[in-house]
Amino acid sequence: MGQNGKKVAKTGNEAFAEAMRQINPDVVAAYPITPATEIVQIFSQFVADGAVKTEFVPAESEHSAMSACIGASACGARSMTGTSAQGLALMWEMLYIAAGLRLPIVMAVVNRALSAPINIHCDHSDTMGARDAGWIQIFSENVQEAYDNLIQAVRIAEHPEVRLPVMATTDGFILSHCLETMEMLSDEQVRQFIGPVPARENLLSSLENNRPITLGALDLQDYYFEHRRQVAEAMVKAGPVISGVAEEFGQRFGRTYGFVEPYRLDDAEVAVVVMGSTTGTAREVVDKLRSAGQKVGVLKIRVFRPFPVEEIVRTLSPLKAVGIMDRADGLNAFCGPLYPEISAALYDEASRPKLVDFIYGLGGRDVSPANIEEIFSDLLQVARTGKKNFNLKYTGVRE
Amino acid sequence: MPTLKELSSRPERFVSGHRLCPGCGAGIVARQVMLAINKPVVVGCATGCLEVSSTIFPYSAWKTPWVHSAFENAAATISGAVAAYQSLKKQGRISQEAVFVAFGGDGGTYDIGLQSLSGAAERGHRMLYICYDNQAYMNTGIQRSSATPLGAHTTTSPAGRVLPGKLQHSKDLPAIMVAHGIPYVATAVPGRWNDLVTKVDKAVNCGGFAFMDILSPCRLGWPHEPALTMEITRLAVETCIWPLYEVVEGKYRLTYRPKEKKPVTEWLKLQRRFSHLFKPENASLLEEFQKSIDRGWEQLLKKCESA
Repeated sequence: MGQNGKKVAKTGNEAFAEAMRQINPDVVAAYPITPATEIVQIFSQFVADGAVKTEFVPAESEHSAMSACIGASACGARSMTGTSAQGLALMWEMLYIAAGLRLPIVMAVVNRALSAPINIHCDHSDTMGARDAGWIQIFSENVQEAYDNLIQAVRIAEHPEVRLPVMATTDGFILSHCLETMEMLSDEQVRQFIGPVPARENLLSSLENNRPITLGALDLQDYYFEHRRQVAEAMVKAGPVISGVAEEFGQRFGRTYGFVEPYRLDDAEVAVVVMGSTTGTAREVVDKLRSAGQKVGVLKIRVFRPFPVEEIVRTLSPLKAVGIMDRADGLNAFCGPLYPEISAALYDEASRPKLVDFIYGLGGRDVSPANIEEIFSDLLQVARTGKKNFNLKYTGVRE
Repeated sequence: MPTLKELSSRPERFVSGHRLCPGCGAGIVARQVMLAINKPVVVGCATGCLEVSSTIFPYSAWKTPWVHSAFENAAATISGAVAAYQSLKKQGRISQEAVFVAFGGDGGTYDIGLQSLSGAAERGHRMLYICYDNQAYMNTGIQRSSATPLGAHTTTSPAGRVLPGKLQHSKDLPAIMVAHGIPYVATAVPGRWNDLVTKVDKAVNCGGFAFMDILSPCRLGWPHEPALTMEITRLAVETCIWPLYEVVEGKYRLTYRPKEKKPVTEWLKLQRRFSHLFKPENASLLEEFQKSIDRGWEQLLKKCESA
């Protein structure tokens, strides 16, 4: 446990809502959707009780919620929202615009499967669909991380070198509705950590300065590319900022975070790469296999955007076989979305592991230790023989 | 009401150099609206002719803070801006007074933007939404919208060998907005500038969400002689195709009554999109057009009388 914190029991949604209360944004615009509804519901009560100074815009859709966040952020307001699955999909158009206009909006996303068939439970297909939208994406393993990530997200988004929107995620129901013990910072600690909204040129400041700006102009062949290049550069610059914010967070509050989190990888020959709540299950399995003498480990990816190429190369290139656990399908007759990026990151290394993709847990399908043991068993076989018989396996599905 | 002299001495906030067509109604509407608002103003635009033609990077025709995000969400975007303004004002982080105006064409207002318009109106954000209504999707090349009148030829309701242009009437968007219970709704035309600027002034001072539907001729889409833009909007009023009225707190009031109601053909004949209606085989459609205008006018008069 860190310094100063108060131990409480919170669900993922409660933790997100509490973090939002402590961040105390100028504007929140949101729309309910299972399993993220509680975030906006709890926050509405904070507004009704005067616990926050926030102007709350109960939008008539997620598209309008994100549009209102864009309008608010364009006026210099610290703006937040929360959503999930179909809601994120409905926002899709506006996600790109929020990033392209360089607006530091922060969003709590509860990961849920995309329809059809309609399903309300966890997988990562919603945020994976938004992976190229120009948003920084931070995945959470547990409720504590969700809380810590959302608070750090404000600092990252608003950093003058970055100015990109950030989404922090939890796994739907598994984290959003599960009560966990966590350490909550005091309101004052959060207030001091995030600081006042940094000055940036915006619609209202430009009105006050009598130097009116035009934001969202038509950008044709002669400028669009340069502006998109700047967005790409901001994502590069986000890297050191994310590290710096995490370091400061660690120094102040005793919990440290990296882009990735290796577990028992130092002398490992085989590992799985995993994101979100499945990490804990994978660690349990690793401990069990380790006690049976197997050299296995886990690499958790916390920050998916920007993609942590260096950390992946450093941690995975010495291994013999790596299983990528994709909680989303690419539906491309090849692999899920995480696999090709890890594969590409390792391609130029002289020494690199064999990679196998395991698509699992779609629509909230439970992933048990037995499922992960089976994955390790496949990987150990690949490591032993140096050959793989398949590139992709669906884990935990009836076929 | 400000005099023309007063208006002409106000600083222009929508300036020349934009690339709207000669004779375009949208630019005239934007200029009149901006002159009518005698306060600092933040503007949002839906994607459309006005937006693409006035802000080609690195140029801008707007000498006031301006934002565009997408097509269907000008009302939602500006509702967020209003929320930000109120929040920052409440916290004492800004002292500047500002009013907020969103512009959308009929496509961005009647059709794809109707949901966000309805949402913002229902929530009651203090803003003015202006629909510059050119009665079709002009920016993408003259496709029908739910504001396109009966019989009009557009590229997606073309007059052909078997179909006589658009088969449906336009919908009554001002009535839909009145049904939201907002404090101010009005119609206007740039050809009656005094009526327009008076209404804009009332709208931004109504204390809540205001909506104005302003007829905005499109010389390419209707098409008509560019020099006739203002005349055509006045004729729309004289034929009762575009009656001028306002609805204050639900009460309808006619703001201009034509001395003599002219036949709709006076208006239709100036625009090629209606030329096929004058063929003998479409006589019944022309008759239906006149009847629907008569019906609408009678209904409007009743609403005004009962108020």
